[in-house]
Amino acid sequence: MTLDTATTIAWITRAAELVRADESRLTALDAAIGDGDHGANLARGLAAAVTAMGEKEPESPGKALIAAGRGLVAKTGGASGPLYGTGFRRAGKELGDGGDVGQVGAALEAMLRGIEELGGATQGDKTIIDALAPAVVAFQEAAGNGSDLHAAAEAAADAADAGLAATVPLQARKGRASYLGPRSVGHEDPGAASTALILRALADVTAP
Amino acid sequence: MTVGIVLVSHSAALARATADVAGALSGPDVLLEPAGGTDDGGMGTSIELIRSAVTKADAGDGVLILMDMGSSVLTAKTLQADLEDADLEEDGGEPTVRLADAPFVEGAVAAAVLASTGADLEAVAQSAEQAWSMRKL
Repeated sequence: MTLDTATTIAWITRAAELVRADESRLTALDAAIGDGDHGANLARGLAAAVTAMGEKEPESPGKALIAAGRGLVAKTGGASGPLYGTGFRRAGKELGDGGDVGQVGAALEAMLRGIEELGGATQGDKTIIDALAPAVVAFQEAAGNGSDLHAAAEAAADAADAGLAATVPLQARKGRASYLGPRSVGHEDPGAASTALILRALADVTAP
Repeated sequence: MTVGIVLVSHSAALARATADVAGALSGPDVLLEPAGGTDDGGMGTSIELIRSAVTKADAGDGVLILMDMGSSVLTAKTLQADLEDADLEEDGGEPTVRLADAPFVEGAVAAAVLASTGADLEAVAQSAEQAWSMRKL
C-alpha cells in the first residue's frame, strides 16, 4: 500500500469527518484554556481543504496535500489554520509524486518542521507539537523496522494519543492558554487533540 | 512615495480604529489599511483580507504589517512566505513585505509618523519596533 492521490484525498476527507464528529469535544477542550473555537474553526478549515482538493483533480499526493493546506489557511480563521495549512503544504512539497512508507515518514517530518518554524513551539509547550513530534518518531521507527504504511500510521496515531495525554500536566507556553500560566495545567491541549485525530485518519484510510 | 502600513487584528473594528489613530497623527499621505477579523465578518484572521490590504497599501516602497497576536501573527507570516514563494516563481512583482515585532497601537503610530517623512521600509519597521522602549510612566 502506498499513499497515492486517492488515498491522500481520503486521508484529509477522513480527518474532516473525525474533527466534525468530535467538534464539541475539541471546542470544550479549547473553552477550558483557549478561546473556545478550535472545533468549529478546524471543522470549517478541513471542509475547505476537502473542497480545495475537489476543485481541480490533484495530479499527485503532494499536490493534493498542498491544495488541502491552501484551503486550511484560507478558511480556518484561527491559529490552527496557518499552522496546519503550512504543515500540509510542507508535507505536500516533500511528498511530491511519492507515497511509500519512507516518503510518507519524510513528509510527516516536513510537516512537523514547518509547524515548529511558523509557531516557534517546541515539545513541552502544550501544543500540536506534543502530539506530532512523538508521532513522527514512532512512524519513522516503525518504517525503519519494516512496517508497512498502515502499521506505521497506527504507531504514529497511538504515539499522538499518548502525546496528547501527556499534555495534561503541562503548563502552556504558547497561545491564549499561556496567559493563564499555572491555570493551564490539568487540561488536554486542543491542538494536540486535533493532531491525534488527523493521524488517526491516516491510519484509518491506509487499513487493508 | 511612502511605505504602506497594514494593521492585522482579530477585530475589524480594532484594526480600523488603530488605522484612524495612526492616520490622525501621520497625516493623509501614509496608506494605512486595516485587515481585521475573518472574511465573513467574525472575530479572527483572514489571509485573503490581509493579502488584499497589502495590495492596496503598496505604492512600490514596500509594506509594513503590524499584528495584534496569535493567529494574526501566524497568518501574516504565512502570507509573507506565500508572497516570497510567488515572487521566486514569477521573477518579482509581488510587494515587499516586512513584519513588525511591535506593540499594535503604539507601533502603528510610530511607523505611520516616520513613514510620512518618506523613510524606507527598514527604518519604518525599526521605528515601530522601538515603540517597546517608549515608557509611559
